[in-house]
Amino acid sequence: MLALNKVRFQQGDFALSADFSVPTGARVAVIGPSGGGKSTFLNGIAGFITSDAGKVLWDGEVMPDHPGRRPLSILFQDHNLFPHLSVMDNVAVGISPDMRLSQVQREQVSAALEQVGLADKSAAYPRDLSGGQLGRVGLARVLLRQRPLLLLDEPFSALGPALKDEMLDVLRGILDAKATTALMVTHDPKDALAFADQAILVADGCATAPQPIQQLFKAPPPALRAYLGSRT
Amino acid sequence: MADSTIAIILRIILGGAVLAALLGFSIGTAVAVATQGQGLGVLSLADWLAIRFTLWQACISAGLSVGIAIPVARALARQSFIGRQALITLLGAPFILPVIVGVLGLLAVFGRAGWISDFLTWAGFARLSIYGPPGVILAHVFFNLPLATRFLLQGWAAVPAERFRVVHSLAASPWAYFRLIEWPLLRTVLPGAFLLIFLLCLTSFAVALAVGGGPKGTTIELAIYQAFRLDFDLSKAASLAVVQFSLCGGVAMLAFLVPLPQTDGLGLDRLPQRFDAYAHRTADCLWIFCATAFLVMPLSAVLFRGVGHIHNLPHQVIVASLTSLLIALTSTIVCIAMALSLALAFARRGMAARNLAEGVGILGLATSPLVVGTGLFVMIFPFAHPMTFAVPITASVNAMMALPFALRVLMPAVREIYTDYLHLRCSLNMTRWFWLSRIVLPRLSRPLGFAAGLAVALSMGDLGVIALFADPDLQTLPLLLYRLMGAYRMDQAAGVAVVLVAQSLALFWIFDRGGRGYVGSK
Repeated sequence: MLALNKVRFQQGDFALSADFSVPTGARVAVIGPSGGGKSTFLNGIAGFITSDAGKVLWDGEVMPDHPGRRPLSILFQDHNLFPHLSVMDNVAVGISPDMRLSQVQREQVSAALEQVGLADKSAAYPRDLSGGQLGRVGLARVLLRQRPLLLLDEPFSALGPALKDEMLDVLRGILDAKATTALMVTHDPKDALAFADQAILVADGCATAPQPIQQLFKAPPPALRAYLGSRT
Repeated sequence: MADSTIAIILRIILGGAVLAALLGFSIGTAVAVATQGQGLGVLSLADWLAIRFTLWQACISAGLSVGIAIPVARALARQSFIGRQALITLLGAPFILPVIVGVLGLLAVFGRAGWISDFLTWAGFARLSIYGPPGVILAHVFFNLPLATRFLLQGWAAVPAERFRVVHSLAASPWAYFRLIEWPLLRTVLPGAFLLIFLLCLTSFAVALAVGGGPKGTTIELAIYQAFRLDFDLSKAASLAVVQFSLCGGVAMLAFLVPLPQTDGLGLDRLPQRFDAYAHRTADCLWIFCATAFLVMPLSAVLFRGVGHIHNLPHQVIVASLTSLLIALTSTIVCIAMALSLALAFARRGMAARNLAEGVGILGLATSPLVVGTGLFVMIFPFAHPMTFAVPITASVNAMMALPFALRVLMPAVREIYTDYLHLRCSLNMTRWFWLSRIVLPRLSRPLGFAAGLAVALSMGDLGVIALFADPDLQTLPLLLYRLMGAYRMDQAAGVAVVLVAQSLALFWIFDRGGRGYVGSK
């Protein structure tokens, strides 16, 4: 369980506070107006910004300061992959940044690539892949890392509808297998509804506790209504 | 198209004429030189040593500049501190600093009578002497370390912020960090940076003239000058010039394989959030401090000393200053006219424009002023006394040397006008006058001002062909400074350096400022 215990993340003049927990295995959309603090929220949990008040806990224990030692993986919209590394190495850095793999680890990397349908691309380089394939490599790395928490920062925003659905399918498979908790920042209500069962609203420097997403969209609070406009 | 066919044809003829003049200057002079050369047979052992030294020092200078730039750029990319932006701007200054002033400054710090020698004597050690190879290399590193640092900083600035986060979230070791972020960056930037600096050190003349010399420290450029001025052995000078031309041409060919880095100073001020900044604070600060001291100390040494002797300058300084001004302004006008003609003629031709700008750039880098000078001498000699043309020749060679830089600034600006506004001009049916006065001039004034500023400062500081052609009565500020140094009148030399730097910077500022100040410029 991810718990945010009266946390405050400060980034320049901007401060974001949160005080709630997210149950294990939940799929949560992080929504809200741009500039409202969605990225600050995610960066805070990932450890890129240190909290200046309160605690971020995982299963009752305070998360380590270093992002690399936190029990999580993070996926951005772009630049998840290193252009000078092969697909194989790009996945392998997930468990061994030095790229010194044991035989077992090597097999794990191959298995992860197989699971996302890229077994035949392991020697290719990112420049040879399509947008959808790039996304799959990122997901293979997440799969390999087997961390219980996954943070997604608008990972599929640049993809077309069909590709986006395909990615969400792959993602669901990965999450279901290990009951991974996932937080996904998105600016598109449709994506949020397609992916998540709960939603955290981030607006005006405050993140609210996750609520059932259907309910939230049916009776949106003022901040969300202003963001969504007349659409429902 | 709104332009009449005649206007387009005129522009192409003009652009073609400029191109022809350029080729005539660089390759034509080389051919003229080749007809005078007596082959490699006339080269003595000393000349072969000069060829070897030239290649060796260029290699060492480029290697040191690039090697030291790696930690300095890394530190600047990682740390944020007050004055960071000012320091990055300062890294651009050596480019327009007169070479001879830089050398005088280095002597004031590292020379026999310099600060470090004073300290060493006080501590009971022998004084330093930097004449010869150490001086040549030191000066080349002084001028090129900032350049290499800027190239690398640009590489750092191009790394997406997400990539730092990904690496950080993987708990990468320092070695993994190097493999994932730094190695690909170095692999992209370093070969081109090395090659560019190698070329600059191959064709640099003023440094060798001032601190080089002797059997161990003579470069080909200096050997050409000596064959010319001291021995008046034209055929030997010509043979050396052929060697120099072939070397530069050969290295320049490589430049077509390895893309040379371009610095426009954009994006250098962006400081990505770096998670490793604190851990490396001490080492980074040390690198930044040392590099800054190395760049700032020589200059302040000269200026500090020079200001005190500004009242007893030699009387020639006024004439020298006016001559320099005349040459610099003439060469700026010629340079800007050539650059504009080329840009207007070719800017609309996409790839052709890029290739042209790059080709002219490489040509300019590979052309040695002394080879051109020797060639012009050979061409003029049968008809007239070449020394009488010293001023126009210097002005035109300087214009050609500054052309690549002016073109690099102007070409994108002219392109932008055509791609962004030409359709608007047609659809609004603008008159030619309106188009030129309200669209082209305001949009171009800033790059024009900057390009002219570069050209004027480069020409002001030039000590190349002028040294070859000048008779004792002709003075420019850099020449006067060099002659005072040769006479060991260092105080007066420092005074002239102050005048020279002030005049160069003032001219650069006036042009750059003038361009920015134009109503409607961005």
